[in-house]
Amino acid sequence: MNQALWIAKTGLDAQQTRMSVVSHNLANVNTTGFKQDRAVFEDLLYQNVRQAGGQSSQDTELPTGMNIGTGVRVVATEKLHTQGSLLQTENALDVAINGRGFFQILTPDGNLGYTRDGTFQRNAEGEMVTASGYRVQPSIIIPDGAQSITIGGDGIVSVQLSGQPIPAQVGTLETVDFINPTGLQPIGENLYLETASSGSPQTGTPGLDGFGKLLQGSLEGSNVNVVSELVSMIETQRAYEMNSKAISTNDQMMQYLNNNL
Amino acid sequence: MDEMIYLAMTGAKQTEYAQAINSNNLANISTSGFRADLHAFSSQAIEGPGADSRVNAIVDAFGTDFTQGPVANTGRNLDIAVQGKGFFAVQSPGGSEAYTRAGDLRVNSGGLLSNGAGHLILGDGGPVAVPPNTSLTIGADGTVSVQPLGQGPESLVVVDRIKLVNPDIKQLHKGNDGLLYLPEGEVAEADASIQVTAGALEQSNVNVAMTLVNMIELSRQYEMQVNAMKTAKENADSAAQLMRVG
Repeated sequence: MNQALWIAKTGLDAQQTRMSVVSHNLANVNTTGFKQDRAVFEDLLYQNVRQAGGQSSQDTELPTGMNIGTGVRVVATEKLHTQGSLLQTENALDVAINGRGFFQILTPDGNLGYTRDGTFQRNAEGEMVTASGYRVQPSIIIPDGAQSITIGGDGIVSVQLSGQPIPAQVGTLETVDFINPTGLQPIGENLYLETASSGSPQTGTPGLDGFGKLLQGSLEGSNVNVVSELVSMIETQRAYEMNSKAISTNDQMMQYLNNNL
Repeated sequence: MDEMIYLAMTGAKQTEYAQAINSNNLANISTSGFRADLHAFSSQAIEGPGADSRVNAIVDAFGTDFTQGPVANTGRNLDIAVQGKGFFAVQSPGGSEAYTRAGDLRVNSGGLLSNGAGHLILGDGGPVAVPPNTSLTIGADGTVSVQPLGQGPESLVVVDRIKLVNPDIKQLHKGNDGLLYLPEGEVAEADASIQVTAGALEQSNVNVAMTLVNMIELSRQYEMQVNAMKTAKENADSAAQLMRVG
């Protein structure tokens, strides 16, 4: 059948996927530590109908050939790991990373997850956990009766206990970095998993060796640029319409053929 | 049988091919660095005794439109766009050197620089390897410099220089994987005059208005071919009618 119909269909599919990505970004415009997604498009294989340079007779060659592309696909969606804006919350257990790095979180299945969302809380045992209740790794226990909690730029967590003049150090918030953060697999709940493409995590001290410093009482907002997403939405919609136009034109061609012969 | 109907059929079939090329351009309207395919019809006489009156129309995908596409600002340090003429050199899936304008770069798990489609970006001597770093900067001439992990901003290290080339575009042809190639065995020389902009991506150079007009034109052309087939059919019917009278 008419291949133009199928080529235009790949365009519709790809634009539809792009629209999902844009919608996902817009939906997460207020998600702490969220990183914007981007759909990467790639042209599909070309079909060689007639080879350029083929012999058209014994001593002549075809000057040009015919390669017909077969459409487009979304080859990847990638996270843009740029810094989100820092918001002051004044909450002692809110921590933002200013620069590179991820917090390590123990997921319920026992694997390590990584996040930029530093909305920490305490659970019944006093451990520092994420908003979903997953423990921070290495585990930090904030003792009962702590008057105030201080998290230093280098991740050292200390608490002031009543009746004691000197704050007690209760643990260190470590961060990790990846050679290719784009390769991390997002699994929802603001968590990422390590993949073969992200490389293995390198543990470090916040604020040293290129790792971002921690900021207590702040949160990192979503890095979605609303304006560019809206422009992208307009572009996607128009591209979708044009591809659908190509389908209807091809349909009319087939219809004309059927009606007239 | 009358040859007219076959000529019209060839015309219609070739118009469908042209429409496919046109639809492919339209489908790739959002593909970074995509270069539109051009098509044209040429006439091909059927040689042989007594048949010189017949000339078939054949569509040729005669090349690629190399005009520059619009450049969109993304602000991402690994997005680069070639200014004006020129291409990035990448490693094709077959291992040879190919050229592209798609500069949505990333560092893969092996620490090598690749573009969004996964093709390795070539530097001075093979793929560009990027060490673990705090920040990565791509200069206007394609120089990749990094601040190695654990060192201060004073210790910027130049890693490699992305191979930017400016081969004769008449020599370039699009391979089946959408990358541009020089004729077998030829490799373009690095050209120091080619400049790139970081934080921007070049979009597809498909001209939407032209593509839509082409689409209408091809669709009308198709209808004309179908009309010719219809006329041929009517002629044959009339001839059959005459025979019946006789």
